Amino acid sequence: MQDRVAEGRTRSAAQRPRKHLKNDILLVGQPNVGKSVLFSHLTGVRTIASNYPGTTVSYAMGRMRGKGSTLIVMDAPGTYSLEPLDEAARVTVDLIDDAKRIINVVDSTHLERHLPMTLELIAQKKPMVVALNMSDEARHRGIGIDVERLSAELGVPIVPIVALSGEGVKQLVDTCLDLQPQQPPILNQSGHPGHHPHIQHPSQAGNGSASAGHVHLDRDRIWQRVGELVERVQTLEHHHHSFTERLEEISIHPLWGSLFALVVISLSFSLVRLIGEFLIAGAVGIVGAPWVELPFGTELLFDKVLQPPLMRLSALLGPGSFLHRLFIGTLVDGRIDFMQSFGILTSGIFIPLGVVLPYLLSFYFVLSLLEDSGYLPRLAVFLDSFMHRIGLHGYAIIPTLLGLGCNVPGIMATRILESRRQRFITATLISVAVPCAALQAMIIGLLGRRGIGPVLVVYGTLFVVWLLISLILRFTSREFQPELLVEIPPYRLPSARALAAKMWLRISGFVREALPIILTAIVAVNVLYQLDLFTYLAKFAEPVVTRVWGMPSEAVVPLLVGMLRKDVALGLFAALMLTSKQMIIGSVVLAMFFPCVATFVVLFRELGFKGGLKSIGIMLLAVFLTGGALNLIL
Amino acid sequence: MEKLLTELKPGDQGTVVAIKGGRGMQSRLRSLGLVEGQTLHKLSALAWGGPVVVEVKRTQVAIGRGMAAKILVRCG
Repeated sequence: MQDRVAEGRTRSAAQRPRKHLKNDILLVGQPNVGKSVLFSHLTGVRTIASNYPGTTVSYAMGRMRGKGSTLIVMDAPGTYSLEPLDEAARVTVDLIDDAKRIINVVDSTHLERHLPMTLELIAQKKPMVVALNMSDEARHRGIGIDVERLSAELGVPIVPIVALSGEGVKQLVDTCLDLQPQQPPILNQSGHPGHHPHIQHPSQAGNGSASAGHVHLDRDRIWQRVGELVERVQTLEHHHHSFTERLEEISIHPLWGSLFALVVISLSFSLVRLIGEFLIAGAVGIVGAPWVELPFGTELLFDKVLQPPLMRLSALLGPGSFLHRLFIGTLVDGRIDFMQSFGILTSGIFIPLGVVLPYLLSFYFVLSLLEDSGYLPRLAVFLDSFMHRIGLHGYAIIPTLLGLGCNVPGIMATRILESRRQRFITATLISVAVPCAALQAMIIGLLGRRGIGPVLVVYGTLFVVWLLISLILRFTSREFQPELLVEIPPYRLPSARALAAKMWLRISGFVREALPIILTAIVAVNVLYQLDLFTYLAKFAEPVVTRVWGMPSEAVVPLLVGMLRKDVALGLFAALMLTSKQMIIGSVVLAMFFPCVATFVVLFRELGFKGGLKSIGIMLLAVFLTGGALNLIL
Repeated sequence: MEKLLTELKPGDQGTVVAIKGGRGMQSRLRSLGLVEGQTLHKLSALAWGGPVVVEVKRTQVAIGRGMAAKILVRCG
């Protein structure tokens, strides 16, 4: 959901519509240098920024006012070099072609790693300014940079900034706007012509590779030049090992690191559950003692505040009428059950706001903490050997974790994986076996009433399915699996402001996009029941639903609704008064069966038509077998 | 003494002598600063054939075991 930020103007790397690439200012830099944070500052468009390489997988476009005109600013995905190594980075190269001015964002704490690309960019002869980001962190770590000297050596203006706080951003903008469009900056003003990196044109032979008319520099010369530059402009002070550095040591240690990973993961899951339960059920749900009952939690709120007026409305409409069915739904024991009544004003509001929203808040809070602290790449490194054994890549854990929130951004994030095949497998696994937070909220809310056992059976089954599908897919291809090679960012204390902005973006995305679909689904359900269409549908699906999965034939309606919203669908299962076994099978089948519309669209967009069909085929086979197996075993 | 990066002990330092891989691998490693002549510090080798973690140019980089076995370093 949240990747469609920037007001729906981000585009998939696969599409690359050339004519839309014109931009006034392009942000270019290596992964994880803070381009997205700077972009938000410049344009006011909020984007998702985190502390791991590969957060921005497509480009974002925004507008900025400056010098009396509106300028188009683009945020390119991070790339290490103009020789693009993955799909997302290829986009950047195209964007550079059409850029009027470039802001090259550089990490001040790792100058020697970032300057090679700066030299490559200078060789493209576009008006350019270098933003030395994280200059506060550089100071803190005892790294001194002679900005004037570096600027003179490179022949481009340089502005130190702190993108997170906005320090220096205004000066950066002014400097950028002062650049004369289309006048190439003069290379190397320092009067050492011998220090020019050799410019090698594509037609020339040698180790500079050619693509799309880009100027490529001799690699060895670049590194040599960067070495000289850094020696001249950078001073390092020794400093004591800080607490975060100790933590960094622990978290990559073979033994302590695995314990650390175990603690982080279990803590994260319990925290999500704890905060979610607290928001829904209040303190009672957590402590389990009646004497700490607080007037808190969405359950209590809905029951105390909305029950009385809605009961009056119910009496007014008269139970049994179509309008009653539509707005209130069916009464349970003469009262409104917000989970099961299924009217627009009852479950239609309670499911998204009372159950799913608290859980989403809790999930995204914990996920954002993990993202911004810099732990996720370490987890990927730790799980790499396990993931390789089941045919995946360590980095596949990041899209998968995102998928636990919402499958849509999860599947989009598979672009950080290098091979098409890895992308296909990871995206398919997410759509089939990774339940989104909305569905999980309902599973915990409804199945949790019958004890923790059934909930664990559902999660366990989905995990086994995830494992089996990846193992089976592994044996269908002997294609070489690319190995892990990834930069591990330093730990950083998550900034409260960035965290809040990111959560707001993700949550408002849910309210804006999911709420209308939920209400539509509930109207559709009631119309379906009213017209008695489901008996016809039930007959059609009976062989599988009843015979193989052991569900009542009415279960076909929730399964259909699941294509719109899975959370609403599970609520419908609850209204069917199923046995625990049927509820477990229903939850698993629903989690695996056709992904919701949004996921469906993204799946086909990311995998292409053929890939999408293949993925759906795998899903159908898997759900048929899993439901049947559960029916036999349980 | 020349060793493969996989044979280096955690805590040891070394200088990259050769990268015995194809162009694609060379270019991926180069983008993270791993070039011939570069000094590095091995921090950790994860269990079960997991990646090797090195510090290069003050940045931590995780390298898959197979790739690490193609990097020759001089140490001691």
